[in-house]
Amino acid sequence: MIQAPSVSYTGISPILFVFGAALVGVLVEAFVPRAHRWGVQLAVALSGALGALVSVALVAGREELTLARAVAVDGPALFLEGTLALLGVLTILLLAERSPDMGGSAFVAQAAVPAGTALDRQLATQARTQTEVFPLASFALGGMMLFTAANNLLVMFVALEVLSLPLYMLAGLARRRRLLSQEAALKYFLLGAFTSAFFLYGLALLYGYAGTVDLRGIFDQAAGTDKSDALFVIGLAMLIVGLLFKAGVAPFHTWTPDVYQGAPTSVTAFMAACTKVAAFGAILRVLYVGFGNSDWTWRPVLYGVAIITLIVGSVLALTQTDVKRMLAYSSIAHAGFILTGTIANSEAGLSSTMFYLLTYGLTTIGSFAVVTLVRDADGEASHLSQWAGLAKRSPLVAGVFALFLLALAGIPLTSGFTGKFVVFRAALDAGAGPLVVVALLASAVAAFFYVRVIVLMYFSEPAADGPTVAVPGMLTTVSLAIAAAATVLLGVAPGAVLELANQAAQFVG
Amino acid sequence: MDTLLLVTLLLPLVGGVVVATLPGDRQLLAKQLTLGVSLVVLVLTLVMAVGFDTSGERFQFVSSYTWIADFGVRFSLGVDGIAVVLIALIGVLVPVVVAASWNDQPTGERSMKAFFAWLLVLETMMIGVFAATDVFLFYVFFEVMLVPMYFLIGSFGGPRRQYAAVKFFLYSLLGGLIMLASVIGLYVVSNSQLGQGTFAFDMLRQLEITPGTQKLLFLGFFIAFAIKAPLVPFHTWLPDAGAEAPIGGAVLLVGVLDKVGTFGFLRYCLPLFPDASRFFAPLALTLSVVGIFYGALLAMGQSDMKRLLAYTSIAHFGFIGLGIFAFTSQAGTGAVLYMVNHGISTGALFLIVGILINRGGSRLIGDYGGMARITPLLGGAFLIAGLSSLALPGTNSFVSEFLVLIGSFTTQPAFSIIATVGIILAALYILLMYQRTMHGPENPRLRRARDLDKRELAVLGPLVALIIVLGVYPKPVLDIITPAVEATMIDLGATDPAPTVAEEGTR
Repeated sequence: MIQAPSVSYTGISPILFVFGAALVGVLVEAFVPRAHRWGVQLAVALSGALGALVSVALVAGREELTLARAVAVDGPALFLEGTLALLGVLTILLLAERSPDMGGSAFVAQAAVPAGTALDRQLATQARTQTEVFPLASFALGGMMLFTAANNLLVMFVALEVLSLPLYMLAGLARRRRLLSQEAALKYFLLGAFTSAFFLYGLALLYGYAGTVDLRGIFDQAAGTDKSDALFVIGLAMLIVGLLFKAGVAPFHTWTPDVYQGAPTSVTAFMAACTKVAAFGAILRVLYVGFGNSDWTWRPVLYGVAIITLIVGSVLALTQTDVKRMLAYSSIAHAGFILTGTIANSEAGLSSTMFYLLTYGLTTIGSFAVVTLVRDADGEASHLSQWAGLAKRSPLVAGVFALFLLALAGIPLTSGFTGKFVVFRAALDAGAGPLVVVALLASAVAAFFYVRVIVLMYFSEPAADGPTVAVPGMLTTVSLAIAAAATVLLGVAPGAVLELANQAAQFVG
Repeated sequence: MDTLLLVTLLLPLVGGVVVATLPGDRQLLAKQLTLGVSLVVLVLTLVMAVGFDTSGERFQFVSSYTWIADFGVRFSLGVDGIAVVLIALIGVLVPVVVAASWNDQPTGERSMKAFFAWLLVLETMMIGVFAATDVFLFYVFFEVMLVPMYFLIGSFGGPRRQYAAVKFFLYSLLGGLIMLASVIGLYVVSNSQLGQGTFAFDMLRQLEITPGTQKLLFLGFFIAFAIKAPLVPFHTWLPDAGAEAPIGGAVLLVGVLDKVGTFGFLRYCLPLFPDASRFFAPLALTLSVVGIFYGALLAMGQSDMKRLLAYTSIAHFGFIGLGIFAFTSQAGTGAVLYMVNHGISTGALFLIVGILINRGGSRLIGDYGGMARITPLLGGAFLIAGLSSLALPGTNSFVSEFLVLIGSFTTQPAFSIIATVGIILAALYILLMYQRTMHGPENPRLRRARDLDKRELAVLGPLVALIIVLGVYPKPVLDIITPAVEATMIDLGATDPAPTVAEEGTR
């Protein structure tokens, strides 16, 4: 008789909520009449994410390994699951936006119809909404939560696939510029599948080395001295490649600008914020729990990778003329900052990285939410020249976007500054002084393109036939308001959340 | 805990928010509200300056509130003698700027209401920079101060305002980010030495930092303050920003914001990193003296009046830098007094140039001539302010320049001798500009230009009065400054060289 493993349902309740919402969403898609589908799906998805958020708050403080040591319930897992739930709520609100000012739904009604055909043109004029995005997003969110909580490399791989496959599809579902969107989806899928294979192969090599896929097991085996290090190092290298791809870190970043630009903007917000949180959560767990004592292998490499990422992200963003691409490169630069915290390999490094992920996620969702609002007759006006003089026509929207840009640049009194401060402090404490200096210089370079957009919005004259700012629907307004309030609050009074991150900075297993 | 400083700090911010939220058509109410708030702040700063006990504690009006416990950061405010006179300078300059910008018409359909709102927010940030006794809080104000000035230049400035605003913002931000590395470094050092990371200035002063680390941390602060001051070769943002900023913005930019750099040298670089300061003093002195000549020579070649004044600032700040890094209390006192006097005299010069531009519509010297006959009051004010800028005895700047040169001669004779030659250049650039605009053949277009009206008299009057009063009786200000500078010198471990007495029998 095989003994069934004990399952701590309370411990994994956040993940169960989201997966439950996803499964119910699939059933809703099948059985609920089309007219009511949008409302029901929104309610289901929101209750899943909100339920996860509430259960994280209730479960906080628990430390255990469940499902035969495959899933961890500890401070970092719960903190990041809570972050993902919060960011998930905000992005579900964005995904659901249907206001006529914003072109009806942002998603194509039937993705299988080839772009450019007569049927496609007919679909574009109809008011059918695509509601499969909700269960897809919930599956992705659940996969992300499992990704950060997985203590076992195989479960981590499964979670990686569960989180990636819906994202590949979501990236291709834009209603306008369908070919660009489909190209983005295909690119993401091909590159993602390739790097998943890297992850799997690295996993296999590590299994060959350690005889187990449990992170603690690998940690224990790594302490032995009578094994060939080659399997260990190569396995770790391939594993890291897979993880860094997901996080959008140079030199595995090339998919980021194209995918972020082609995907529907609400999906881009989802990817930019939540995928990065999940990816770095997994990176932290793998490196600190599995390879905490072997940091001679990964620390120098990540040091160099962080520097390259910072330079690539800041410098290449300077020449961008599309807002979404610029934000994509800026997210690459931010991945470099997050890596700076990860390199510290200490409790401070862990708590600072988690705090940065939270602040970065909120600011990013806010910025992409604003991008959805600036539209002209062809849909979103994402070319920078169309944003000139925006402040004259819509001071509030321009002001909010300026706030998010200043937060991304790291100006004090915004959450971006407090995030950068804790990360740099952890890195300096761990002796990575030159890296902090490079990061600060990259911040200065990055500030240029953020400031350039502010200049464009405030100090330039608007084009005569320029885009208008759509009146945001209730859902987008709520999402924007929460993101903006959090950006200011975490900049001015971050004490409580910092305390939370500090308390949560203890891995189990 | 004293709340006077907190009230003085927050009042302009509250006022700025209120002005920003006024309806768009209440422009006059916005201006009146701004003027009212700035006058109240003036009174509060004067109360502080008068109430400052010159024989009391180093830091007075101290208050401290918990802010971010995890960082060891407290919202701590307090002023020493140097800070209180600079805050009084802010209190005087802001109402003057408000009155001077009363009738400004911005380009495009921008709302002047926003200008006055940003002015008030800027005032809070400026007071905060000088009043902060927590290094993290200082850093926050240092960086956030850029945002209102950036919007003032970029929204309300001249033709090349976008370029100037972005250059100003990015240059200062870069300096700030380099300083951030040092700020975090200080925290890390205090964590390892005191067991608890802290940013409180009083505690950081007691750290014993190894020479190598001291030099690195010093450089971080030094570069940021050298960009702000500005010292050559980090000065290239000032001519553009000064030329393109609206007159009110330019007065505050040159009159106050630049002082943050030299204040930073005195308050943070010298006491916290004494050995590194001594090591880098020759470099700082060289840059200062080069700045004196570079600024003066380039000023002489300018045909744009605002740009000329910006270059003269670079020259003046060379003197201030000389006074600070000479490491004597006399030179330090002279440097602080120079900061106050420079704010008054260059502020007055910018306002006068602003009035000239208002009459003639052009920033170029060549478009003016013989204005002293057409507008005698304006010519008189220009003459007094100009003489103050070249430090004629009897004006306020003479006292400060004299103190700086005498004080630095004792420890750095070579540098001070070279710097003294700079006085001649100062006379050249001021008097040349004065002669070309105020004397000589008149420009027919301007024959009917109005002389100073009541508002402009109210704007220039106080500044001209201060120039003369502080030139004749600087003692009250010096009494406040001297103890603070002496305390800084004690932190630095510098002693004034004993004056040499002429030997008996010398004729």
